[in-house]
Amino acid sequence: MANTRKRQQGTANSTSPLLEVRDLQASVNNVPILRGINLQVRAGEVHAIMGPNGSGKSTFAHVLAGREHYNVTGGEVLFEGKDLLAMKPEDRAREGIFLAFQYPVEIPGVSNMYFLRAALNAIRKYRGLEELDAVDFLELVGKKMKMLGMDQGLRDRPVNAGFSGGEKKRNEIFQMAVLEPKLAILDETDSGLDIDALKVVAEGVNSLRSPDRAIIAVTHYQRLLNYIVPDMVHVLANGQIVKSGGKELALELEEKGYAWTDDAERTGQPAEKAAEWRT
Amino acid sequence: MAHVIQDESLYLSNYRELERSLGASEPAWLRRLREESIQTFTELGFPTTREEDWKYTNLAPVSAIPFQSAASESVAHGHPTLEDLESVLWVGSSHLVFVNGHYSEALSCIDGLPEGVKVRTLSAALEGEGDLQEHFARYAQRRRHALVALNTALWQDGAYVRIAKGTVLEKPIHLLFVSSSGGTPVGSPTRQSARWGAPVVSHPRILIVAERDTQSTFIESYFGYGGGVSFSNAVTEIVAGESSVIDHYKIQVENSESFHLATIQALQERSSSFATCSIALGARLARTEVGAVLDGEGADCTLNGLYLATDNQHVDNYTTVDHARPHGSSHQFYKGILDGQANAVFNGRIIVRQDAQKTDAIQKNKNLLLSEDAVVNTKPQLEIFANDVRCTHGATIGQIDPEALYYLRSRGIGRNEARTLLSYAFAGEILDGIRLAPIRVCLEGSLHARLADDISSHGGTELQS
Ligand SMILES: Nc1ncnc2c1ncn2[C@@H]1O[C@H](COP(=O)(O)OP(=O)(O)OP(=O)(O)O)[C@@H](O)[C@H]1O
Ligand SMILES: [Mg+2]
Repeated sequence: MANTRKRQQGTANSTSPLLEVRDLQASVNNVPILRGINLQVRAGEVHAIMGPNGSGKSTFAHVLAGREHYNVTGGEVLFEGKDLLAMKPEDRAREGIFLAFQYPVEIPGVSNMYFLRAALNAIRKYRGLEELDAVDFLELVGKKMKMLGMDQGLRDRPVNAGFSGGEKKRNEIFQMAVLEPKLAILDETDSGLDIDALKVVAEGVNSLRSPDRAIIAVTHYQRLLNYIVPDMVHVLANGQIVKSGGKELALELEEKGYAWTDDAERTGQPAEKAAEWRT
Repeated sequence: MAHVIQDESLYLSNYRELERSLGASEPAWLRRLREESIQTFTELGFPTTREEDWKYTNLAPVSAIPFQSAASESVAHGHPTLEDLESVLWVGSSHLVFVNGHYSEALSCIDGLPEGVKVRTLSAALEGEGDLQEHFARYAQRRRHALVALNTALWQDGAYVRIAKGTVLEKPIHLLFVSSSGGTPVGSPTRQSARWGAPVVSHPRILIVAERDTQSTFIESYFGYGGGVSFSNAVTEIVAGESSVIDHYKIQVENSESFHLATIQALQERSSSFATCSIALGARLARTEVGAVLDGEGADCTLNGLYLATDNQHVDNYTTVDHARPHGSSHQFYKGILDGQANAVFNGRIIVRQDAQKTDAIQKNKNLLLSEDAVVNTKPQLEIFANDVRCTHGATIGQIDPEALYYLRSRGIGRNEARTLLSYAFAGEILDGIRLAPIRVCLEGSLHARLADDISSHGGTELQS
């Protein structure tokens, strides 16, 4: 990712947000997808992002996680005061960002456990902690699997390979539970889950909630938000946050759909204007 | 011209020397065999890239180097000790060790073999029971293949194993060939060519005869000791008797200056099962030809392979499965990982003779390219003369899946480690097929280390994100 911006490495204090996104613009293959996103997430908060298909929710999540081939064309992102966009994806994870993928990737030949232990130890090493040995790791994993009601058989299977949709989503949350990120971004982790699985996933997410962690949950449905109650709900449309509100907003969206937010978009930040900023 | 082309005359003079030193000590049939073979070699000469089978593998560098045969196991070259070999003599198996083509009694150990198993050096076998002639040099194509002919003319020693009818061999027999080309062990930081010996050639030779209803496991391995230039030209012949089960592994880890050419030829009788797995990690240029003739009904053959090459390494695998009788099955699965400017060749030939109805033959070759400069040439060659057969083949050349790489990195795993992990996973399918656990474990370890090494030394060439 081309990135020439350099910033003083700052440290977070109690008043500065954990994540600060300022006028973030990004394009894929020269097509602008994110067109000026502003968002502040403080430690301890849960933010929900909703919005129609193709509005840029996943793109936003991946730009935060550091996927290649997204061209950040403007704006900046600070994570605990540090320039997130200048970091490699692995360093973002080590700093405490975790993205639960909307479509988790299958990796045949790499066992779930080997993978997760390599990840955990890479993160621990980065933070100056001792690496976990196999015994301690298995104990940790055993606990988390139990908490999430996961089939122990999934442990030794290759990462996501041949997993059902639900198993994949659960595996994302399981990884999150083991890696204990400071900021978890859940991209439609609730989609395709039955109500029982949804409860389990929500429980896993809630068990991570603490005053020094935050969650961004991308979802189309209010039902997840019954279990993971958000502090803020944002509507993303056409690459911009066109409306933000409290948890009631999610209910309103569920009732009325996104159509009415079009007005908000028009009266809010017109797309034309976003285009002007880029030039 | 600035340099002398050594070509075939060097080997002819090697032959004359050997002939003089052996005098009349060898039986007449063998002397005749050697004489015929050196003639074949001088007539054919080293294969050139003009020949279809050698199109992608150029032996010109081999023929240009004035290789010398070692006169005895230790002369003029550093000699490995048992300690040096400890890490490669896994299983606590019986092992015969040869250094530069000569048997080393001190390094070898034949122990706890059941009755009915005979393990001899070829030179001992010549003096002993006299049953060597029955199968020796009858399967590999010494009349048509220059390198097989060269080996047949010039071999100095090797192994002869015979498993008598009905014998089950629990532990593997390990035949280890060391190319020792100087006193500096491979991997030692001082790579001063001054300390290496002259380029050394050896012609390892193996004959395995497994009679009917036997079960046995063999490891044939080639190691480099010292950093100098060496050339191994090996020939292995295997007879799989009726209903015998043979599990064979070939492991090649010679140093990056060496040349390794090997031919393995198996003859399979009725209902026999022969499986071989060929692992190529070392050498500057390595070519392994594996051939099996399924000459009895219902024979089953598995040819697997795994090759890793980096820098300027060239690795070539050439297989030939010849289905001559009905109801045979064969499975070939070769996988390769190429980095740097490495070159790989896979040529998989399947012949199904008119008589071989109900044959089931499958061949797969998959390659993973870790660099843009690595090159793979892969070619299936099917010659099918029977009409009721199933024959499938497929080859792929791919790169590391960027999505998988991103996924691993997004979890905190560094880029190089993630690439190592994914390359290793690619090799997994072949490793998992290795039934001999100590070999598998050992290979897993060295493969992982090797990949990590390659990837960290080449990883910088690619654009960092
Ligand atoms: N790699 C890509 N190449 C081209 N276009 C892309 C790529 N990734 C995303 N897009 C486009 O960017 C837009 C936003 O996609 P994104 O996946 O971010 O939407 P989303 O809000 O997550 O949608 P959904 O609710 O369906 O998951 C879409 O028009 C999509 O087609
Ligand atoms: Mg999406």
